[in-house]
Amino acid sequence: MNFLTDINAQWVLAGCVLLGICSGILSSFAMLRKRSLLGDALAHSALPGVCIAYLIVGERSIPAFMLGALAAGMLGAFCIQFITRNSRIKEDAALGLVLSVFFAVGIVLLTYILNSSGGNKAGLKTFIFGQAASMVGRDVYIMASCAIIVIVFSLLLYKEMKLLCFDVGFADSLGYSSTWLDAMLNILIVLIVVIGLQAVGVVLMVAMLITPAAAARYWTNRLNRMTLISALFGGLSGALGVYLSALAPRMPTGPWIVLSATLMFILSLLFAPARGLVAKGLRIWSLRSRVARENALRSLYEWSERKKGWDDWAPLEEIASMRSQPPVQALRNLRGLKSNQLVEEKNGAFRLTKSGQDQAYQVTRNHRLWEMYLMYEEEFDADHVDRDADFIEHFLTPETVNELERLLDSHGLNLKQPPTAHPIATA
Amino acid sequence: MDIYSGFWIILTGAFAAAACGMLGCFLILRRMAMLGDAISHAILPGIVLAFLLSNSMSIFWMFLGAALIGILTTFIIQTLNNGGVQHDAALGVTFTALFALGVIGVSSFGEGVHLDTDCVLEGEIALTPLDVLMWGSVYLGPRAVWVNGGLLCLNLLVVGLFYKEFKLCAFDPAMAAAVGIPVTVMHYVLMTLVAVTTVGAFESVGVILVVAMLIAPAATAYLLTDRLFYMLLFSIIAGALTSIFGYFTALWLDSSIAGAMGAVSGVLFTLALFFSPSHGVFTRWLSRRNLSNRVAEEDVLLWAGRQVEAGLAIPFSVMDISEAQQWLLPDAEKTARRLARKGLLEETNLKFALTQSGNDDAMELIKRHRLYESFLEGIGYAADHTHDPADRVEHHITPDMTEKLDREMEHPNVDPHGKAIPR
Repeated sequence: MNFLTDINAQWVLAGCVLLGICSGILSSFAMLRKRSLLGDALAHSALPGVCIAYLIVGERSIPAFMLGALAAGMLGAFCIQFITRNSRIKEDAALGLVLSVFFAVGIVLLTYILNSSGGNKAGLKTFIFGQAASMVGRDVYIMASCAIIVIVFSLLLYKEMKLLCFDVGFADSLGYSSTWLDAMLNILIVLIVVIGLQAVGVVLMVAMLITPAAAARYWTNRLNRMTLISALFGGLSGALGVYLSALAPRMPTGPWIVLSATLMFILSLLFAPARGLVAKGLRIWSLRSRVARENALRSLYEWSERKKGWDDWAPLEEIASMRSQPPVQALRNLRGLKSNQLVEEKNGAFRLTKSGQDQAYQVTRNHRLWEMYLMYEEEFDADHVDRDADFIEHFLTPETVNELERLLDSHGLNLKQPPTAHPIATA
Repeated sequence: MDIYSGFWIILTGAFAAAACGMLGCFLILRRMAMLGDAISHAILPGIVLAFLLSNSMSIFWMFLGAALIGILTTFIIQTLNNGGVQHDAALGVTFTALFALGVIGVSSFGEGVHLDTDCVLEGEIALTPLDVLMWGSVYLGPRAVWVNGGLLCLNLLVVGLFYKEFKLCAFDPAMAAAVGIPVTVMHYVLMTLVAVTTVGAFESVGVILVVAMLIAPAATAYLLTDRLFYMLLFSIIAGALTSIFGYFTALWLDSSIAGAMGAVSGVLFTLALFFSPSHGVFTRWLSRRNLSNRVAEEDVLLWAGRQVEAGLAIPFSVMDISEAQQWLLPDAEKTARRLARKGLLEETNLKFALTQSGNDDAMELIKRHRLYESFLEGIGYAADHTHDPADRVEHHITPDMTEKLDREMEHPNVDPHGKAIPR
């Protein structure tokens, strides 16, 4: 299929992209309102509504189907609320109940219609199970108008939705009716579900109402950006899904759209700047290597302190044994320091350079300041402070160090070079 | 459809519903009902994979594939949730992605075998009697009956063996962990059972109706009892009823049997929701109404009794009650008529008077009221502060308590206001 020339393919593409954008916007509200799975329930409960609409109208009629689905969806939402408010059944079970029972009723009606004679039933099944390839120009117009409704809605009610998502109690106290706002969100979700059913089918419509928002959540902590990113992901997965499904003949579009959305979720999970796994891993890795290098600096400093001079070369084994490290690990840290010109190497032995001395002095000083603080302020025993200081020294900010100095100063304890808490064997 | 195949279909449905319902109890108690939904969708790629690997609809491979995918699904959801994704979103992302994979698998490789999207969504329980199991030349009944019956036995066995552990994990996981029960292992055991049971039922009733069978009978049972054992029992019974009524509903409407079963399970739940003896919406409304009726009747009796006591033994009208109690006229009239029906008041010319038994009841109520007032004074209430509390509590004092109060107060003759306590 060639997208540039085939008019049908262009309609399908446009429709799926629009659908993705709409559901992307709504999904971020739904997710933050902790209503992700409501879309699931509503999508399933639309089925009996569609069937009843067919029984009344007697033929495939998109507006009637949508009205029926909307009514059934609202009834489903009401049932969920009624069950959770009036019985001990919790929300999860109520969702599952409404979802499955409504769908079951829908199946009964559907088979009843299909088994009874007369009427044009062909449109009914594709409407429910999704057939993006059958999309025509008129469907795309409907989708476009829905997209406009959703966008206008989220622009006009952005502030209210934000309140609803983050602090319902506060919204109520300001006089916004959370019941009506919820109802409005539900109506829009039902609306988008009903349109989406045609393109991707019941179950996979659920994904469009969850996955884009879940992916967008990785990229930002701000609602406006999240909504935009979510819309972007939705639209992109619509386009990508249509493209991928066109690669093989007779491939259903819906699953590929969902898989495209999932792909974006996985990419976000891995590569999002602040919360992605790769970024997290990098942060942990760089922290670990900084800590390891600072420890190596202090080892070298303390070694030199014992020697009472900076000119001696510390053998690798001695440095390694000071922190009970395998020599390979110590060597890696020292080589790292060497590449920063903090230490120099000669015949497998190391010593601090001038700038290395300064930095090592700071690290050691932080360590000992903290030890002093623990001993004199917190009254720890001298042999209990080293471990703790070992952890803290890497995280002492200059402000904390100043504060520590001031504190120790007031006790007359501050020395230019704090003494070690543990006696050092003199060489 | 003849009676014979009807029997097999009902039996299959009942086994499937009972096996699902049992597990549903634990899902509902642990608030993981939607996890059942997720797993029942997510096993689809497992089934497709098993089908591709073994090139048959062999039960063994399907169960293996489903169990693995079930555990994988649970694991992915848990991992995402630990990684900061909201639980419902983690669940939604996982199962829709796996389901999408499954649908692609079905449409790519499902050609020509009985694995299509209709079967996935609706199941084919109607075909149950056609796929029979033979032992040599001995007819053993349909395969689905054996599969679902076997699953029911498996679930009964596992839940029976680890009943105590499952119970504790369902109600108090922290406590379970504290006494050394491997909570995580039990969680995965439950999820494996859900996955395996879902596969068995899936072939017969389809994805969504498995969810109905997992949740609806268990939710019905949850509304009927406060004991886990009975909850399990009731969910199995509800499952069986679902199957029986579902089958006949489907016959009547000429519709999908599995769908009808799901719809019937919803009807059973609705009945329980409204008419459960302990938790029903209607029963609770009824008992509230009965209480407020009784309080109103007793208030009228007390008032009439005091009138008699004060020597105003003239018949009173509805208007008098309405004024004395500050009620609307219709309320006063309804209460008076109820009392008349019970033979406690008699009506002549739109005027009411206490009957003999009405008078006895009124005196008993006055006695309670005044004894309670004496009791309140005894525990340090000022005499003029005892009436209002007694007015509220008098309706809830049983004859037994009256007796004890009387003895405790050493049979007083007058209440704190100096009024005689009727004997």
